[in-house]
Amino acid sequence: MSEMTAKQVLFEPIFSNNPIGLQILGICSALAVTTSMNVTIVMCLSVIAVTAFSNLAVSLVRTQIPGSIRIIVQMTIIASLVIVVDQILKAYAYEISKQLSVFVGLIITNCIVMGRAEGFAMKNGPWLSFLDGVGNGMGYSIMLLFVAFFRELLGAGSLFGVTLLTPVNEGGWYITNGLLLLPPSAFFIIGLAIWGLRTWMPEQVEEEDYKMSRHTHKEAF
Amino acid sequence: MEHYISLLLKAVFIENMALAFFLGMCTFLAISKKIEAATGLGIAVVVVLTLTVPANNLIYNNILREGALSWAGLPDVDLSFLGLITYIGVIAAIVQIMEMILDKYIPALYSALGVFLPLITVNCAIMGAALFMVERDYTFSESVVYGFGAGVGWALAIVALAGIREKLKYSDVPDGLRGLGITFITVGLMSLGFMSFSGISL
Repeated sequence: MSEMTAKQVLFEPIFSNNPIGLQILGICSALAVTTSMNVTIVMCLSVIAVTAFSNLAVSLVRTQIPGSIRIIVQMTIIASLVIVVDQILKAYAYEISKQLSVFVGLIITNCIVMGRAEGFAMKNGPWLSFLDGVGNGMGYSIMLLFVAFFRELLGAGSLFGVTLLTPVNEGGWYITNGLLLLPPSAFFIIGLAIWGLRTWMPEQVEEEDYKMSRHTHKEAF
Repeated sequence: MEHYISLLLKAVFIENMALAFFLGMCTFLAISKKIEAATGLGIAVVVVLTLTVPANNLIYNNILREGALSWAGLPDVDLSFLGLITYIGVIAAIVQIMEMILDKYIPALYSALGVFLPLITVNCAIMGAALFMVERDYTFSESVVYGFGAGVGWALAIVALAGIREKLKYSDVPDGLRGLGITFITVGLMSLGFMSFSGISL
């Protein structure tokens, strides 16, 4: 860990150590805010900003925090940053902040922010921590944008609110797939995305809990 | 009374924290490999939600809400922007206090819950319930019922998922899908099942 270069710190989380795909961090909001690209992008920018600056702040004070109260100190830093983001969104993007409803507040408990503050920023200098925050934020964003792309395109026939495939009920030809606008579809898309990612990078495949015995009968093949 | 029962059923099934709003997903996926662990975490979440939602409700209605400070002679003060930091502080404090009380008086339960208690502070279901409570303007007694119902719903979902995953480990899943991937798809199917509740109007 200590020998990592700035470039590695920034780009590693995007594919080879993706926070959603491998670290199981920050899944909650990935599912709820991905019905349209506009909302997703705002959410992604907020998360990148919060992760980057909370990592920076935690890293700056890391030598002063007593070990026993570090969680609450990190929490306070993160919560203050989220309040700033929330107020900015309410002031400049009121419509989108309405659609995000409680999920802006939930960035506080987004495990990515907490996990990186605890796992990386407590051990590394401010500059590297800042880059790690940006990198993990981007890894998270790529997964979210991927999910949102499919959900909005196939579910509503549009991207960024611009109609690309004219739906049947507006006189076009595309029969929208309502399932993709419903929450469960996000699970399927992320599940399949993880499958794809792990086929591409086989070292991420998990150990088997239970080894299947080989088939012994011919019919089984 | 009927109002409270329908609120409870709604919080448990129709607005299930885990399967309808996807809150608390990180712990939901990480701690659902074994039924015992899932049950322990589920109980801890029920207890913490039943305590924190009403506590935050009192704080919001008596201190933070616009005009709530009029008893102190400050009728125009609106502190609701401090909401987020207050809720998380209250949650962290209650979890900490609970840990100490359990350690002193009910050590059996304390050792059973063990590692899960600190994890709960960063469980989005707890924070999410507090935020929903504010958004929907629940009264104090409604918030008690809602907190309890939301906790039970979440516990139900995680125990069900753990049951499925215990069986699932004996199945021959494609390499890349093993573990996290197939769990996501299972949760998706469970969530489709829970959507059938959404047609019920109470």
